[in-house]
Amino acid sequence: MAFEGLTSKLSEVFKKLTSRGKLSEQDVKAAMREVKMALLEADVNFLVVKKFIKTVSERAVGSEILESLTPGQQVIKVVNEELTNLMGSTVSKLTVASAPPSVYMLVGLQGAGKTTMAGKLAGYLKKQGKNPLLCACDIYRPAAIQQLKVLGEKLEIPVFEEGQKDAVKTALHGVQYAKDNGHDAVLLDTAGRLHIDTELMDELKRMKKAVDPHEILLVVDSMTGQDAVNVAQSFHDTLEISGVILTKLDGDTRGGAALSVKAVTGQPIKFAGVGEKLTDIEPFYPERMASRILGM
Amino acid sequence: SYYREIDDEFYEELEEILVYADVGVATTGEIIERLRARVDQEKLGDTAKIREYLSEILMGMVGTDGELELPSPSIILVVGVNGVGKTTAIGKMAHYYKSEGRKVMLGAADTFRAAASEQLTIWSERAGVPIVKHGEGADPAAVVFDAISSAKARGCDLLICDTAGRLHNKKNLMEELKKIGRVVDREYGGAHREVFLVLDATTGQNAIAQAKIFKEAVNVTGIILTKLDGTAKGGVVIAVKNELNVPVRFIGVGEGMEDLQVFDPKAFVEALLQEKA
Ligand SMILES: Nc1nc2c(ncn2[C@@H]2O[C@H](COP(=O)(O)OP(=O)(O)OP(=O)(O)O)[C@@H](O)[C@H]2O)c(=O)[nH]1
Ligand SMILES: Nc1nc2c(ncn2[C@@H]2O[C@H](COP(=O)(O)OP(=O)(O)OP(=O)(O)O)[C@@H](O)[C@H]2O)c(=O)[nH]1
Ligand SMILES: [K+]
Ligand SMILES: [Mg+2]
Ligand SMILES: [Mg+2]
Repeated sequence: MAFEGLTSKLSEVFKKLTSRGKLSEQDVKAAMREVKMALLEADVNFLVVKKFIKTVSERAVGSEILESLTPGQQVIKVVNEELTNLMGSTVSKLTVASAPPSVYMLVGLQGAGKTTMAGKLAGYLKKQGKNPLLCACDIYRPAAIQQLKVLGEKLEIPVFEEGQKDAVKTALHGVQYAKDNGHDAVLLDTAGRLHIDTELMDELKRMKKAVDPHEILLVVDSMTGQDAVNVAQSFHDTLEISGVILTKLDGDTRGGAALSVKAVTGQPIKFAGVGEKLTDIEPFYPERMASRILGM
Repeated sequence: SYYREIDDEFYEELEEILVYADVGVATTGEIIERLRARVDQEKLGDTAKIREYLSEILMGMVGTDGELELPSPSIILVVGVNGVGKTTAIGKMAHYYKSEGRKVMLGAADTFRAAASEQLTIWSERAGVPIVKHGEGADPAAVVFDAISSAKARGCDLLICDTAGRLHNKKNLMEELKKIGRVVDREYGGAHREVFLVLDATTGQNAIAQAKIFKEAVNVTGIILTKLDGTAKGGVVIAVKNELNVPVRFIGVGEGMEDLQVFDPKAFVEALLQEKA
């Protein structure tokens, strides 16, 4: 990528400094300009960037960063630490209902990767010895049900569907079917929708009320730009999501959306989609993501 | 009007609008520099006028192309990363060109994604146009080969081929796309050829890398910008156009068959500069 590493940019900034000792406000400002650019280049939302820069600046001003031989590295260390903090410092897991089945509802914008992720999660749970059920609640997209069925066949995991009639009823009946047939986990694949589509957002609200899902997971395309905050905010306001899943991280995007989404919802990023195959799922590692966003 | 100092804060606000619209920091910097130069030169102090100039600069960057001409016969290959809206855009274009009285055919060369050809088949039924498809896992180049033969045999005006979503950093998948391109060269040399790259308006700066690499691989000739019915502005196409000079041809504004519009630079720029409510 044409992107010049933040490390080298920062060392440029610090080369120009003559005095050594505590970092002045001016020094920090110059360095933070580079950090700000890097984060914006990485698609972190600019309001999130502003807030972040303020936090890091406060920590950096007056610190002994310049005593070090490589002040640029030191600033990056601080930035990296704060980024990792913001993103949650541990790997988060799926939580399990005390009384099975655990119901997981996947929601998000069109084309984010929900259906694929429903398949991946079902496969992941099966590998852990669970007996999952896939439930086709996307009654709108052409061939969405068929898509989930193909995935179910590949995974040898059953798919519950009731055609394109009623998404909420399908979910309700799917959960009942799971109870009746000894499935301990249900993955609800929902239709992609815009966060500003009140009618479809209301459908999700009704689905949540009907099945009381154990987790509501917002699936987010890692290539998303500035709009990620609006999307995450709306979905969270409407549904109180319990976690985020980031998809398509096998690409070369820097993935600043991860930071934006985490910052506005406060909910952990639980998994990463890293390919089109059903086994291409990984736990989400916050510190790796921090480095990736910084382009390192 | 009177002269007054246009300060850094004013420019910063404009900068934020552009960055917020996903124009990207580099291109935003370039735009603001050009704006500043013009404002300084003309000693402008009227903020409304300055905003007008900004619109002009943006429009100059994003849309100075002639209309898209599709002589008969033509073929459109539709390419892009996963989930951006390729298949849907094809359904909409089929409807659009059929309504213009053209004989349209679809080729289902996404043989990879689960139920991709079923999805395109539904669109072909909605639009009322024929489709050529093979089974899942078939060679996509072979589908394109068959679709071309069929389009020739039926005397179609326009063949539109779907392809599987692929991330531009997957070398083997980009090679597969080149192979499809070679089949078109060889089998349909007499047809006018367009390659449309579909970009999702919610995508950030990665769209630039997508456009670069897809252009290198299959000589992209136009862009379809989808999902502009959301709150994302799609400003990254300005950077894409600026760097690669590929015209934006259509925009997607919904999931219905009619939700396709010919790209209108003025409307696009106006929407982009509209501040958040
Ligand atoms: N490379 C890559 N592709 C992915 C990943 N996850 C999903 N995809 C692809 O992205 C595209 C969209 O995935 P879907 O699962 O259909 O997305 P969706 O959110 O269900 O889409 P809608 O139901 O239309 O809203 C497909 O081509 C998937 O194969 C990933 O982690 N990496
Ligand atoms: N809101 C909105 N949704 C769209 C638009 N265009 C496509 N979609 C939706 O986006 C999702 C993905 O569209 P597809 O046409 O399947 O995308 P694709 O690029 O063919 O996906 P893959 O073949 O999996 O790579 C579907 O749910 C579409 O209905 C648009 O302009 N606006
Ligand atoms: K997307
Ligand atoms: Mg889906
Ligand atoms: Mg498709």
